[in-house]
Amino acid sequence: MEKGRYGIHGGQYIPETLMNELIRLEECYEKYKKDPEFQAELDTLNREYAGRPSLLYYAEKMTKDLGGAKIYLKREDLNHTGSHKINNVLGQALLARKMGKTRIIAETGAGQHGVATATAAALLGMECEIYMGKEDTVRQALNVYRMELLGAKVHPVTSGTQTLKDAVNECMREWTNRVDDTLYVLGSVMGPHPFPMIVRDFQSVISREARDQILKKEGKLPAAVVACVGGGSNSMGAFYNFIPDSEVELIGCEAAGKGVDTAFTAATIATGSLGIFHGMKSYFCQDEYGQIAPVYSISAGLDYPGIGPEHAYLHDIGRAQYVPITDDEAVDAFEYIARTEGIICAIESAHAVAHVRKIAKNYRPDQSIIVCLSGRGDKDVAAIARYRGVDIHE
Amino acid sequence: MNNKLKKVFDTPNKKAFIGFLTAGDPTADCTVECILEMERAGADLVEIGIPFSDPTAEGVVIQDANIRALKNGMTTDGAFEIVRRVRESSQIPLAFMTYANPVFHYGYDRFFGRCRELGVDAVIVPDLPFEEKREMEEPANAGDVALISMIAPTSESRIREIASQAKGFIYVVSSMGVTGVRSEISTDLGAIVKSIREVTDVPCAIGFGISTPEQAKSMAAVSDGAIVGSAIVKILAKYGEKAAPEVYKYVKSMKEAVLEA
Repeated sequence: MEKGRYGIHGGQYIPETLMNELIRLEECYEKYKKDPEFQAELDTLNREYAGRPSLLYYAEKMTKDLGGAKIYLKREDLNHTGSHKINNVLGQALLARKMGKTRIIAETGAGQHGVATATAAALLGMECEIYMGKEDTVRQALNVYRMELLGAKVHPVTSGTQTLKDAVNECMREWTNRVDDTLYVLGSVMGPHPFPMIVRDFQSVISREARDQILKKEGKLPAAVVACVGGGSNSMGAFYNFIPDSEVELIGCEAAGKGVDTAFTAATIATGSLGIFHGMKSYFCQDEYGQIAPVYSISAGLDYPGIGPEHAYLHDIGRAQYVPITDDEAVDAFEYIARTEGIICAIESAHAVAHVRKIAKNYRPDQSIIVCLSGRGDKDVAAIARYRGVDIHE
Repeated sequence: MNNKLKKVFDTPNKKAFIGFLTAGDPTADCTVECILEMERAGADLVEIGIPFSDPTAEGVVIQDANIRALKNGMTTDGAFEIVRRVRESSQIPLAFMTYANPVFHYGYDRFFGRCRELGVDAVIVPDLPFEEKREMEEPANAGDVALISMIAPTSESRIREIASQAKGFIYVVSSMGVTGVRSEISTDLGAIVKSIREVTDVPCAIGFGISTPEQAKSMAAVSDGAIVGSAIVKILAKYGEKAAPEVYKYVKSMKEAVLEA
């Protein structure tokens, strides 16, 4: 495959102003990827600071209740900062420091990536600015305050639909303004090359651990790995080391919002078409003239009109399948896993849980399914209460 | 090369003034009228922006123009219709400026075919750098449309490679960041133009941040022309459908400044 391409997807569709910086980033990444000192430093941070490896938990009650495959939860929600986002951020922030950068910027949807980036900046002593859609700053007010506590400056983005895609737009604009001392710490397996590769590599720790853990516990590979997909970082991390294991099904759960047959959806594979946006060729929700569509999901983290190029490729070749999950199904699953396993997971991750509830019974009890629990759900409690008509004052 | 593009820089002092507006901002009628007024005021080429929902290389002024135009129902077909109407009475060289996705979605062959049919001489795609332009280049060439290369303050080692393959003219980005009016331009543009000159005779026009006649004159002095977008779009935002006389006055003053360079 061509460099930076995943089949026909990927590439570097980005203004000339950023090209040399992307080339430098790729060179630095390739250098430090092979540098034992860098890897040791990252490994220490992952273990001592982020709390890795994350647990692979056998969800016995869910398994019994669903009556089929054994359900294992990969507990990324137990990481420091409460989601898988820290895996990528520690890697990129460390890389930024090696490149001599003193400032990192990032977009955020639900606020998980913003909180993780602000955390890494605080730890490594770097300046940090976060771009977040104005609508998301309202939906996730707690995370805004969290970022500010960590010393980051949060810019509410008022352009466009005021959600994740607009936050990415604004971050790209800011990066073209100031590349000298700044690295854009992209939060998902998207954007121009080398970002999809770098983020995937840092997130692949999820499947590296999960593969070892399941082999130890079950003595064989799982029948399926299920994860939610917005841009697709936790799912790519959860899938990556299982890609060569052709007997393992890889299932990504997209946010269908109010349904894929409505205008209120963010399910890119189900409703999108091929396009070029945010630096990459991939699938996007768009109209007949290639205008990017406003998308909707109850989950701010999945409320994105595109999908990472490697996912688009896995879809094209049939190695992974992508299924839409509605708000209703996700909220039901959010409540279900809380009651059944005593785990309040992120509404994003609840999309994966919802799918497992549907498919578990199709498998035999000697088979297993790994669900990536990408984040914890404290941030969502108030929104879910509102969804159920309960008014909560935090 | 496309004959009309040669005319752009064939002025008394070999310097060109290039103006930009967004198709359908505020209406298609007004866009047609303003293009004709810009020609009458001496513009040597007009760039027509096909609006895009997410213009990541634009500052707030042109972002807002994109939103206004889309709200008013402007589409890629609508932009082609504007060109058809301009061509009823004018042969001024025209360029489209838009993002990769609207062109990709329209279909490269179909897009550049229509450009040829209606007389669009060049296309500028800010999110299509040197590495990615190959996919659009063949259909553009087949349509006798110049796919314009951009060179930025950060291009450095890339200048020679980009310039040596450039066609039509080279769009030199004056400053870091996105489009928009700037009080000061501090990049050493003379040095960039000199590097370009070492490998090609293709003319260089400087854009991003230019709004005053003094800036236009000094930019044209170190290159072959000045490109002005946000300042014109601001006039359109302020005067709306009555903007044409104001656009005329402004472009005339800018063109005179460029002629003094």
